[in-house]
Amino acid sequence: MKRIFTNARLMLPNEPQPKEGDLVVDGDRIALASDVADGEHRKTVDCKGRILAPGIVDLGVFAIDKPAFRFGGITRAALMPDQSPVLDLPAMIKQSAAEGKPDLWSHPIAAATPGLEGKRLAEIGLMKRSGAKAVATGRQWIADSGLMLKLLQYCRSLELPLIVHSEDAGLTSGAVATNGETATRLGLASATAAAEAVSIARDIALVRETGARLHFRQVTTADGLNLIRTAKSEQLPVTCGITPAHLLLSDIAISDFRTFARLSPPLRSEENRLACMEAVQDGTIDVISSGHDPRGPEDKRLPYAEAATGMAGAETLLALSFTLVRDGMISIGRLFELLSTNPAKILGVEAGLLLPGYEADFILVDEDGPWQVDTRKMAAAAGNTPFDGLPVQGRVTAIYKGGRAY
Amino acid sequence: MTSQKTASSQSFPAGSDAFPHRHLLGIAGLHPWEILFLLEEAKQWVDLNKKSSKHADKLDGLTVINAFFENSTRTLLSFEIAGKRMGADVVNMHAAQSSIKKGETLIDTAVTLNAMKADAIVIRHGSSGAVQLIADKVDCPVLNAGDGSHEHPTQALLDALTIQRRKGDISGLTVTICGDVMHSRVARSNIYCLTTLGAKVKVCAPPSLLPAALDRFNVEVFTNFDEALQGSDVVMMLRLQNERMNGDFIPSPREYHYLYGLTQERLKLANDGALVMHPGPMNRGVEIDSDVADNLENSAITEQVEMGVAVRMACLDILTRKSRGVEGWS
Repeated sequence: MKRIFTNARLMLPNEPQPKEGDLVVDGDRIALASDVADGEHRKTVDCKGRILAPGIVDLGVFAIDKPAFRFGGITRAALMPDQSPVLDLPAMIKQSAAEGKPDLWSHPIAAATPGLEGKRLAEIGLMKRSGAKAVATGRQWIADSGLMLKLLQYCRSLELPLIVHSEDAGLTSGAVATNGETATRLGLASATAAAEAVSIARDIALVRETGARLHFRQVTTADGLNLIRTAKSEQLPVTCGITPAHLLLSDIAISDFRTFARLSPPLRSEENRLACMEAVQDGTIDVISSGHDPRGPEDKRLPYAEAATGMAGAETLLALSFTLVRDGMISIGRLFELLSTNPAKILGVEAGLLLPGYEADFILVDEDGPWQVDTRKMAAAAGNTPFDGLPVQGRVTAIYKGGRAY
Repeated sequence: MTSQKTASSQSFPAGSDAFPHRHLLGIAGLHPWEILFLLEEAKQWVDLNKKSSKHADKLDGLTVINAFFENSTRTLLSFEIAGKRMGADVVNMHAAQSSIKKGETLIDTAVTLNAMKADAIVIRHGSSGAVQLIADKVDCPVLNAGDGSHEHPTQALLDALTIQRRKGDISGLTVTICGDVMHSRVARSNIYCLTTLGAKVKVCAPPSLLPAALDRFNVEVFTNFDEALQGSDVVMMLRLQNERMNGDFIPSPREYHYLYGLTQERLKLANDGALVMHPGPMNRGVEIDSDVADNLENSAITEQVEMGVAVRMACLDILTRKSRGVEGWS
C-alpha cells in the first residue's frame, strides 16, 4: 500500500529551506509522486505543516538507547566499538547490527584493534562481511604510527572509513580537562589543546600517503580545524564531526566540578568554541552527532577526576543544533546535511536523504516547539546532560523508520 | 582578583555578616574582610595555646569528625588538637578504615557521616572537588583540609596569620611562592588569600610544574628563581612530591635543587630579613637547605605549625556558631 504524507514542508536534497509538498511512501521506500495513480488504494497522512526531514543518522553513539533515539528523531545510529565486550569480532558485529530492528537500525562500528588496545590490527575484513560500515579507534588514539599506517591501508583496500579519536595520549595522559583558567582554578589535571592538532596532523599525513577515508569524530580546536580545512582543500578524503556540547559550551561549564560537563575531548576555551562555530558555517565540519553516552550516578556522582566522560545527547541533539539555524548561522537544509545526509554518506548507507528508492526514514519536526531539558524526565537510560534546565526549541513530533511510525 | 586595602578589626560586620558561609571549602571567592575576620579570631587562640591550660569549652558536647581519605599526619593532628582544645569530641576516620575501600561511593560515605549527626566534618581527599561533593550532601559545616590540587584554605590562613605576625600588614608585601605549583593546593589557596589581601605575589616553578593560565591570577610568573626572589619580603617554598621527582616533571632532584632550591646564598637575593616559609613536610636538600629552614631569624616554619592549631580552632568556632545559637549567628 502506498501512503502519501500531505501538507508537509519537505527537506529535500540540496535545498536550503523546506518546500511545501507531499511525500509518497511505497512499502518501506520513498517513491516518486508520479508513481501514484488516480484511484489507487492509498492512505493519506496529514503532516499539519510540519517539516518532514530525513531521519537523523547519529554517527558514533556509545549505547543503543531506543527511547532517547525516538525522542530525538534518530532512525539510525552508528554504535562505537567501545562496548563491553569490545566490538572486535565478526559475531559481535552481526549480533549488534540486528539489535534495534525494525524501528531503529544500528550500524556497529568495528574496533580497529582487538580490545581497542592499539597493538595490532583487528579482523576488519571479516567484520565488514558481518555488517560493519566503518572502523574506529574508539575513545583512544593509536599511538603507534606504523600500526596506524597499516590500518589506513587496510581500510582503503576494504573501502571502509576509519573513525578516529584525535588526542595525542602522550600529551593528554592523566588529564581530565583542557589547559586554561578554569582547570587551573579547580586544580584539575589538564592538557594542552594542541594534543588534538598533533594527532590530526599525523593522521592527515598518513591519509596523504594512503588515500584512505578518515573521519575525525570530534574536532574541537581552531588548530585542528585549520588542518582539516587545508586537507580538504587538497581534496584529501577527510571529514570531521562535533557535538552540540562542544559548539555551545566552553570549559567554563565544568566550574563547580560539574561532572555532567566532563566530556572527551574536554570542553575547550571560548576561542576554540567560536572557531568550531565558524567551521560549521564554512563547511569544514561535516557532521553533528550526539556522542550519546548515558551514564548513571555511579559513574557521574563522583569527584570530577574520577567521574566517567560522556553525556546523554540523543534527545537534545536536534533542539540544540537548531540553535545554529535560529542564530542565522546555517540554513535548515545545511542542518540536516550535518545531522542526516553526511553521516549516512560516511557510512555508505542509503539514508539521510528524501530520495526515491531510499529507505523511508523520516521525521516530522515542529521547529518552534518549546521544551525544557530536564535530567529527571529524560527518556534516555540516564539523564547526564550539561544542559539541564535549558529552555530549547525544536522537537520531533513523529518518527518513521522504513515507512512505519514508531 | 582585586587588590584591596585590608580592613581593620573594628570594621568587621556584626554577627554572621562577618562570615556568612556555611562551610569553608576554599579561599576563592572570600572577601578581604572575611579572611581578616578569620585571622583576627585566630589570634585569641594563639594566646590561649601558649598557656599551660589550653582548654576552651566553646564546643563542649559537639562532635567533630576528621574524615581523611588521604594520608596526613600534621594536618590531621592539627585539626584533632584544635577540636579537642575547643572541647569537642573528636573522631578521626582514616581512609584505610573507611568503607571507601569496600567500594562505597563518596556520596554514600557523606550520607553515613551525616546520619551520625556530626556538628562539623573536616575532610581531606585526594581528588579536587571531592570535599564540595560531600558538603552538598551533609547538614553540618564542612571544612576543607585539602582536596586534590584544588584548595587547602586553613593552610593559607595559617600562612597569612604567620606573615601578619612577623611582617604586619600583608597589603603591599611581595611574596614569592616557589615549587610544584601545578599539584599544589597550598599554592592556589595562598595565591587567592595573599592577592585578596593586597600582597604582590610572584610564582616560580619549573615550566613543567607551572599550571596553564596562571598569569590570569593576578600574579607574576617566573621560571627563574633568582629573578623571582629579587624584592621579595616572603619566600614560600612548596614541597616537591617525591613520587614526581624523576622522569615525568623534572630531570632529577639534583638539578631541581640547583635551579629551584632555597640556599643561604640564594636567599640573599630577596629583601633583607625576608621571611622563609614551607608548609611541610620538607625535602631537605632538595627544595630547601637545612641551614635556611632551621635559621630561626628568617624561618617561620615551626611558627606556621603553631598558627595552624589557632586557625583551625577559630574556623571550628565560627562555623559552629549558628548551631550553637551564638547571638547574631542564627
